[in-house]
Amino acid sequence: MTSGAETEAVAAEPTPPQRVLPTAVVALLVAVLCALAAALALWSLHRMLEPPAAVDALLVALAVVALLPLVPAVRAFGDDRRRARHLAAGRLAPARHQAASGREHAHTAMGYALAVLICAGLVWFTTANDGAITTTFLRWEFLRSSFANVLDAFWINVEVAVGAQLLVLVVGLVVAVMRLLPGRAGRPLRWLAIAYVDTFRAIPSIITLYLVGFGLKLAQVPVFKDLSPVWLAIIALTLTYSSYVAEVYRAGIESIHPSQWAAARSLGLSYGMTLRTVIVPQAVRRIVPPLLNDFIGLQKDTALIGVMGVTDAFAQSRLTASNVFNLTPVIVVAVLFVLITIPQARYVDRLLAKEQTRTGRS
Amino acid sequence: MTFLEIHDVHKNYGEHEVLRGVSLEVAKHEVVCLIGASGSGKSTLLRCINALEPIRSGEIRVAGDVVSGLGVDVNRLRRNVGMVFQSYNLFPHMSVLRNVTLAPVRVGGRSRAEAEEKALALLDRVGMKDKAGAYPDALSGGQQQRVAIVRALASDPQVLLLDEITAALDPELVGDVLAIVRELAQDGLTMLLATHEMGFAREVASQVCFLHEGRILERGTPAQIFEDPQEDRTRQFLGRVLASGRL
Repeated sequence: MTSGAETEAVAAEPTPPQRVLPTAVVALLVAVLCALAAALALWSLHRMLEPPAAVDALLVALAVVALLPLVPAVRAFGDDRRRARHLAAGRLAPARHQAASGREHAHTAMGYALAVLICAGLVWFTTANDGAITTTFLRWEFLRSSFANVLDAFWINVEVAVGAQLLVLVVGLVVAVMRLLPGRAGRPLRWLAIAYVDTFRAIPSIITLYLVGFGLKLAQVPVFKDLSPVWLAIIALTLTYSSYVAEVYRAGIESIHPSQWAAARSLGLSYGMTLRTVIVPQAVRRIVPPLLNDFIGLQKDTALIGVMGVTDAFAQSRLTASNVFNLTPVIVVAVLFVLITIPQARYVDRLLAKEQTRTGRS
Repeated sequence: MTFLEIHDVHKNYGEHEVLRGVSLEVAKHEVVCLIGASGSGKSTLLRCINALEPIRSGEIRVAGDVVSGLGVDVNRLRRNVGMVFQSYNLFPHMSVLRNVTLAPVRVGGRSRAEAEEKALALLDRVGMKDKAGAYPDALSGGQQQRVAIVRALASDPQVLLLDEITAALDPELVGDVLAIVRELAQDGLTMLLATHEMGFAREVASQVCFLHEGRILERGTPAQIFEDPQEDRTRQFLGRVLASGRL
């Protein structure tokens, strides 16, 4: 009974709204300071580029964007005024509403202002030392002159990546299944699978590439000695990445609840058939994101195949870069890698979203 | 004629002895209910009959054939022995129809068309025909369990093992599932049920076995077990069930 009475007492007197003014003042200060920093950075960019009017207009537009966080900061003050009016009139609930809205505006102003500050910092960094950074990494004329060469060589990276990815999908699954074989009969194969994964996950891929690229030819290993360097690169990366992907598969397969095994086996499906029709299809759906992670790693490691004498995009760009004494061609390769990675990430996002709508999970 | 014969079966999980000499005969067309507290060995016994769990000693025969121990074609055995689980265990990546036709097509050697025709007829019988294209996640527990029963029946098993198939269901869905089991019993399907639904056991069972700590402590007709139990343990168990309003 006492507690009930207390609750009523509390309910009769709503808590007054919190103060907004201090937060609003801080937000306004932050917004102004960040806008100033942005203005300075843009000014230094303007001085460095001495650009045509069109680009100058763009810089002005950016400066205006940098001022935008001021808008919510000012609104926070308006909210604070209305809060005070409501409070004076004894309307507690509307006063609280205004206070909340004011704080939200102040926080928004600070969030956007800090983002502006970070961008301004980046601009300042690229213009530092009178733009030496920019001229080292980004020179329009070198970008134009090296682009065709680097892009041509980049197809070798794509070829190696796709070839290795297809092989890895198969080899990784075989190794994972070997590692999960049951019983005494499966023991030696389990051990081999573990030994393989332990070894090739530990060896840096650049070393595997080097050994496979030169060793197999040097030792005159039949079949392998006649393979093109591109194929040897594919084999080396398959060796390295199958060990990662085998572990991904294994985790996926082990994450399927044992009751799925029991249900499938109780229907008379054999071990292999259960694996193939019930377990692996469910596991594959779960491992798509980590699998993509490893695939992106593999793609990036194709930049290492230069060590075995293949002229890939990175090797080509270094060649060009040392000719012109400028790193722009290397930036071109970096951008190409980014460009091929982003669509894959979005594609997986879409696959997952589709899967979720199909199974009705949210 | 005895169809299923369980003789002195022992089973342990590590140190823990789950079954300590269980013997049981089930004739064709009989419905046997296994009752008893959790951990008394009901589920384990069913899983042993289906060879999902190996037994330590003893012997299990289905239709006269020894099905326990080494060298048994378990996949063949399981085609004759269907099983339905407490948590349905449908395959979530397959539609209802694919769930039901998987075993008949992959193991039974039927054509897809033939298997689907039969699956649809069975689904129709349990009122699930219009959900044939749905995925398990989109179904209620009761609907999933009805599909699971159909999936087990699609291989034409000679005996059906039901492992507390209503234990995970919301109370209002239990009736639908039990109605199907009742119908199967009337059709003369041999069944072994582990169950907590005492009212249902009393109604459909031809034999009731009370399991306690891995042994069949008492066994008899429903009338004997429920109205005139001889063992103290049975009386205590039924008393507790009665007190919880399940009888």
